[in-house]
Amino acid sequence: MTVSDGVSAVKSTSTRTLAAQSTTSPSAPVKVRAGARRAKRRRTVVFFMAPAFFGFLLFFGYPLVATVYYSFTKYDLINPPQWTGFDNYIRMFTTEPLVGTAAYNTLWLVIVLTISRVVFSLGVASVISRLKSGVGLVRTLCYLPTLAPPAAATLAFVFVFNPEFGPVNRFLRLVGVDGPLWFNSPETSKPALTLLALWGSGELMIIILAALLDVPAEQYEAAQLDGAGPIRRFWHVTLPSISPVLLFGIVNSIIYALQFFTQAIVASSASAGTADVAGNSKLIGAPQNSTLTYPIWLYVQGFRYFNMGYAAAMAVLLFIVSAGFTWILVRQLRKSQHQEEGA
Amino acid sequence: MITISDTARKPVTVPPRVQFQRAWNKRLSWIATHAIGIALGIIFMLPILFVFLTAVMKSDQAMTASLWPSEWHFENFVTVFKKAPLLEYFGNSLIYSGLATVGALLSAIPAAYGLSKLRWRGQNLFFMLTVAAMMLPPQVTVVPLYDLWVRLGLTGTLVPLIVPYFFFDAFSIFLLRQFFLTIPKDYLEAAKIDGCGEFRAMTRVLIPMAKPGIAATAMFCFLFTWNDYFGPLLYTGEDQDHWPLSLAIASFRGMHHVEWNMTMAATALIMAPVIVLFIFAQKSFVKGITFTGVKG
Repeated sequence: MTVSDGVSAVKSTSTRTLAAQSTTSPSAPVKVRAGARRAKRRRTVVFFMAPAFFGFLLFFGYPLVATVYYSFTKYDLINPPQWTGFDNYIRMFTTEPLVGTAAYNTLWLVIVLTISRVVFSLGVASVISRLKSGVGLVRTLCYLPTLAPPAAATLAFVFVFNPEFGPVNRFLRLVGVDGPLWFNSPETSKPALTLLALWGSGELMIIILAALLDVPAEQYEAAQLDGAGPIRRFWHVTLPSISPVLLFGIVNSIIYALQFFTQAIVASSASAGTADVAGNSKLIGAPQNSTLTYPIWLYVQGFRYFNMGYAAAMAVLLFIVSAGFTWILVRQLRKSQHQEEGA
Repeated sequence: MITISDTARKPVTVPPRVQFQRAWNKRLSWIATHAIGIALGIIFMLPILFVFLTAVMKSDQAMTASLWPSEWHFENFVTVFKKAPLLEYFGNSLIYSGLATVGALLSAIPAAYGLSKLRWRGQNLFFMLTVAAMMLPPQVTVVPLYDLWVRLGLTGTLVPLIVPYFFFDAFSIFLLRQFFLTIPKDYLEAAKIDGCGEFRAMTRVLIPMAKPGIAATAMFCFLFTWNDYFGPLLYTGEDQDHWPLSLAIASFRGMHHVEWNMTMAATALIMAPVIVLFIFAQKSFVKGITFTGVKG
């Protein structure tokens, strides 16, 4: 972070001093005016940016720092926080039984969901990119489910994948296969959630599709004339030119999987059939804690049991893991921005 | 390039059999890709179709494995409003999404202007921090934020969800900045030469030119808040009167002891506004999404 920031800071200050020199050198009055102009410019920046600065500090900067503080305390929202040192972290890594399950479930999603989401999106996008007609229609149909509210989409999937009367198992029975229990079995609940996530991965599809359509056609023609088959063309022409977008897709999917919350919590209570007020604590993670993701357990610890200190410790761990991936995206964005400015 | 012109000049004689084979292969792959394309489109639409078909079934038929309604009960879409205070939830959703979108535009347009059209020290750093704020899971900062709103006595209402949008919404700032960068600075310079200040240059020149981008940002913001589940669960979970649709739908079935057909009718109703919005503004959506991706 510091290196590249330093570079750009040096760059901008050097141009600024150059400009300042050229305006200030002739005579004294100009210097005063330049100073006044600089003050006015600063006022302008403050005028435009003040709400954002304030909002950033209050709603992002402060809570980020405060989370670290709370993670070293015992806090239940009513009594003032009590400093307990590393107790929460020690508990997290030793005695508390469900945090491991939750971390495992999220890790499962990070691996399986990321791989399947990127491969699936790439597959669908490359089919769409080859269509000669109806591109717009197919693109629309594949993208539309992404917009469905996750809570509603999850309900739809719980119904469609219902083991008894759901259309999917009915179809499987038709072809002679005994369909699995999907959301009702700990073995298949996470795969079912993955299918749900794939159904809503239209955003990534469209980003990859745009990248595929940007690959220059001459490169394919040249490769074809050199005798490269479709696989080698994909490997040597398509893949290198869309690799930045694929990296974006991978990191984006990892972050998506790390915060997987709504679908899992809704599916667990909806499939159990007795969802009460905003999801009963007892049903969360059902069946058998197989859908208890790390963010859900953080939520339950913090806002059902009011172990705010413990939840904060979990948040710090989540921050450490996701900050790394976020940093990859920020750096990549920065690189592409510099290229654009240079061009 | 050289190879292309070389081969083009050479009188290549392809035997007719091979030529025929090639044309045949081409046609075959055309059929294959289009068949897969159509199949994909249908598969993606099937769950939505099932939702709709189940929504108009009789309640006992919805519990069977039949896919096609034996009788069409379109009145289910009306009956469902009597089963639960859907209109109230709908109103809450509208308040949350509407105000948040207005707030996001009011706060993010000047901020995006400052990040794309002004030059100042720390500009890059603030932009990167904004992107980081956009990417990090919301659960990371949630403990102190909740604490803050409890102390202000505002939990149990939609206020904690809406207010931040009036100051800082990372995604809107990010997206608007990307749009504003595509608008040449010359127009703004011309306005300034004519005596406009930065603020007037923004309102009179930039905003009219960036209308598609602003519309796309507004739609994404509306959609995000309309679909939001975690925020409402956190702040209004205990207080049913303030539930938006997204939260209500999740506990709909158990709470009101209703059948699947009613649940699916409600599901269809909550999906409908989003689908209508998309149909009317497809282009801005697609443009906005490609803007969020990293260009290769």
